[in-house]
Amino acid sequence: MNLLKISWSNLKDKKSASTLSILLLSLGIGLISLLLLLNRQLDSQFKKNIKGIDMVVGAKGSPLQLILSSIYQIDSPTGNVKLDEVNSLRSNPFVKTVIPLSMGDSYRGFRIVGTTEEYPAHFEAMVKTGDLFSEVLEVTVGSKVAESAGLSIGDTFESSHGLDGAGDTHGDNKYVVKGVFEQSGTVIDQLILTGIESIWAIHDHPEEEHTHDDNEAAHHHGEDEEHSHDEHDHHHEETAKEVTSALITFRNPMGLIALPRQINENTNMQAALPSIEINRLFSLLGVGIDTLKAIALIIIIIAGISVFISLYNSLKERKYEMALMLSMGATRLRLFLLLLSEGLILAVIGFLTGIVLSRIGMYFFNLAAEKDYHYSMANFSVLPEELTLLAGALLLGILAALIPSLSIYRINISRTLAED
Amino acid sequence: MISCKNLQYSYPSQTSVPARILNFPDFTCENDETLLILGNSGRGKTTLLHLIGLILKPQSGTIVIDHQEVQQLSPQELTAVRAAKIGIIYQRPHFVNALNVLENLLLANYLASKKENREHAEFLAEQLGFQDHLNKKPHQLSLGEQQRVSIARSLINTPSLLLADEPTSSLDDENCSRVIDLLKKQSGKIGASLVVVTHDQRLKNEFSNQITL
Repeated sequence: MNLLKISWSNLKDKKSASTLSILLLSLGIGLISLLLLLNRQLDSQFKKNIKGIDMVVGAKGSPLQLILSSIYQIDSPTGNVKLDEVNSLRSNPFVKTVIPLSMGDSYRGFRIVGTTEEYPAHFEAMVKTGDLFSEVLEVTVGSKVAESAGLSIGDTFESSHGLDGAGDTHGDNKYVVKGVFEQSGTVIDQLILTGIESIWAIHDHPEEEHTHDDNEAAHHHGEDEEHSHDEHDHHHEETAKEVTSALITFRNPMGLIALPRQINENTNMQAALPSIEINRLFSLLGVGIDTLKAIALIIIIIAGISVFISLYNSLKERKYEMALMLSMGATRLRLFLLLLSEGLILAVIGFLTGIVLSRIGMYFFNLAAEKDYHYSMANFSVLPEELTLLAGALLLGILAALIPSLSIYRINISRTLAED
Repeated sequence: MISCKNLQYSYPSQTSVPARILNFPDFTCENDETLLILGNSGRGKTTLLHLIGLILKPQSGTIVIDHQEVQQLSPQELTAVRAAKIGIIYQRPHFVNALNVLENLLLANYLASKKENREHAEFLAEQLGFQDHLNKKPHQLSLGEQQRVSIARSLINTPSLLLADEPTSSLDDENCSRVIDLLKKQSGKIGASLVVVTHDQRLKNEFSNQITL
């Protein structure tokens, strides 16, 4: 027999009230914890993949779309730009590296990205088995691609047009797998990388064979009417090599100030800064997250009121019980702690079920995210903020139980026992 | 053993009720003895029981329990004396409803800071005839059974003074004589003084020592 056993029995004795309190509390805690988890996952996924990329250049359009498609590989590309234009940036004194990207095809929903060896090098992706692509139509695949699509060294596959895996296949040219990357936790995991020439080779056939989908802006030829600056060499236009976008890193931060403006005003390309666009995206998401947080807080407050009412009501019923225990030798402090611990037990159970609920929610969210975007968000470890949440839940339990518990000090033993 | 002298208790005056002073006759009840205190409603029977049960503090007079005068003790000491030496049976049996019968008995051990004695609880349950109900909740028992459980609870810490407040008033004749027999027998077994406060005239012939309020 001890205080906790008695409070536990009391809670079990009024199951419906206890269940309601726990349910409300776990809902509120679960919602907040889920938001925290999502926030951490999105934050780390977005931050990890920016990783030193200072600027992205691509066809004019939405800068956010350019960032999402070129860095995170989750949106359609904005269009194509001339490789010459991209390469001319290399001579700019602010620019350190230029990594061209060419996209538009996929295999089983995984994007095929034509690039140079600088791209995997930038993300520090190591080749686990085999080699990096070198010849035309050779690919090195990310760890998740190898696992999900079952690709291993020596396998050949046909790419399909478009990014959703529903387009026509390029039957005449087959890619061959040269190697598999080690898992890096970056976007590379879900990509099939090849030399930029492979993309050109695949699409280097008469235009009429193509039956483009609407979303394949990437392979439409660029807006030629504006193509009239630097090189007035118009017959070159037909064979001008194109890429989708390029990732740029700067030699020094001054580039951030000078280059984007210069590119946006003087070329056919647009320059987008990942840090700014992602901040913009997060501030848009932030409104929704703040609303959900407010709702969760309200639910938690209602949970506190529910604990309070449940204890307060039961105390009225249990007044005689309390007087009886006092007459049997219990001190008022002991009974005060007994009632307080009932509030605390509810808080702890509510917190634990809330944390479990948020993990279950995250599990389903992760399933959806992996299916649609190939991003894995499966990190279920406890966040430091959740310890704050625990402290908050305990405080709530104490506050809700405090007033009912204090009334122990007002019980008149004799009068209570004498009344019937 | 219990003895009182010149006990006086006054209820403080309230807005519509004037102060009421109760004076109680002196009495002594030695170990192994029984005493019946008879009185009609409103004569302060429960007040007297609460005074000698150390639940209320008298305005004046002395109470001696086991040769110890208690009026100088602090509230904490009074609680300790009550828990260790006095077993009280109330008019209507009351329990901690969330606990089962056995746990209610052990609760008395726990609250008196004594070692939980399961065998003793089971022994008493057998003696008082509710050994089959130990795992039930108190409210599932009949009134007579509940009263027997509260007798067991008052006995579990082997007190030297047993106080019973109208223990039979809600019981029928059969249960009434059974409860009184058990009370006398059990308090005799542990050598305690048994003081019964009641207006129940059925008990008149059961006790040799009697005082009337």
